[in-house]
Amino acid sequence: MKNEITIKIYDEAGNFAENKDKARDIRLNKIFPALDAGDTVILDFSRVTSTTQSFIHALISDVIRKKGIDVLDNLLFKNCSDVVKEIIEIVVDYMQEPPEHLPNGIKKSLGK
Amino acid sequence: MKLHIPNSAFLGNIDPFIRSFEPAEPNKLEITFNEKWSSVHPLVLSMTAALGLAIKEKNGQINCHGTTAKSINYPCRMKLFEYLGVNPNIELEEHEPSGRFIPLTKITNGSEQTKFIEDLVPLLHTSASQADSIKYTISELVRNVLEHAESPMGAMVCAQYFKKSNRISIGVADTGIGIKESLSASHDVPSHGEAIKMALIPGITGKTSVPGGTGENAGAGLFFIKSIAKINRNFFVIYSGNSMYKLLKMQGDSRTTLFPDPNRDRHSLRQDLPDWQGTAVGVDISVSDNQDFAQLLGKIREVYSLGIKERKKLKKARFI
Repeated sequence: MKNEITIKIYDEAGNFAENKDKARDIRLNKIFPALDAGDTVILDFSRVTSTTQSFIHALISDVIRKKGIDVLDNLLFKNCSDVVKEIIEIVVDYMQEPPEHLPNGIKKSLGK
Repeated sequence: MKLHIPNSAFLGNIDPFIRSFEPAEPNKLEITFNEKWSSVHPLVLSMTAALGLAIKEKNGQINCHGTTAKSINYPCRMKLFEYLGVNPNIELEEHEPSGRFIPLTKITNGSEQTKFIEDLVPLLHTSASQADSIKYTISELVRNVLEHAESPMGAMVCAQYFKKSNRISIGVADTGIGIKESLSASHDVPSHGEAIKMALIPGITGKTSVPGGTGENAGAGLFFIKSIAKINRNFFVIYSGNSMYKLLKMQGDSRTTLFPDPNRDRHSLRQDLPDWQGTAVGVDISVSDNQDFAQLLGKIREVYSLGIKERKKLKKARFI
């Protein structure tokens, strides 16, 4: 049976979630094991007023990269402030498409 | 090394201060002050303190000249002489820091950064939403140093609130490997100037050549900060090696458009400056009740996704 695992971000990272070390710990020790077990993960941002793109990237980008974008069916975001929502949407968007704005020289070095 | 603290050096007129820096004789630092008074951007103090720490680490010599009660009033309050290990022997009146400045602080790890940001909020005397962009900027700039600079002394950071212009000015400096060497681990980087511009493009990081970065690094931090400055019509300066990129202020009421390519922003790029071993960043942020950080992030999101051809096919995060 599929369980719902709720992870309270405030308890790990405080009301301004910026510590990427904490984000990595949550990702490796809580998100991946729960998803691997077939559970649905709810990231609860209640009491988190703000965050950084670096934190959200460290929290979910590798999950999307390794599990595929459909992991978003089992990785839900709860009680997000407007700032937190915007940053999650930015990271989710750019994890689905490689940047197209890179200069030609960089694209070449990236093999594009 | 020689450094002159002038009576005025803010991001708009910081070039003479940068050009006055003489990097020769790396075990010795001679600092001169304008004897009448000095009012400078926090970037100037962060750079000076970072150099002082590097000299002290090498058991080098630091000398200060032109120190008068007026010239060192502000640097003293910002705790510059504590980091230089120099006693100016001049009596000054202590000021209550709340609401006006955040003195020089050395940050060497993530825990110190978290504590610094927690302590910062009451000092700012701003509303929570006003503080968001300031906390965001300092957090990302310091995190860049800790992750990319390989600076044993970490990051030197300080900030100042200017009531007249209603803005917070922030300076972060390190004496690490610099942007060119950091990016060279994963990219072909021809010069310091090109390195700075590459670092400002979202999606490029020294940690990998893969577009979009690694699980830990997206290569987007500096782009976000430049965007925050641009939307607020403020300056943003980044100096590393012999080069300095300066985002110039937007003119008049023209519509603010964000670009992922820093060449498209109104800017100056100097590539003939004294060699700064490390990276120094200065930014000004407006403190306004009308400014909504979430809306600002929305504008950044539009730009970040500009190149994505088929947005309708993108899967969306589910908010419950």
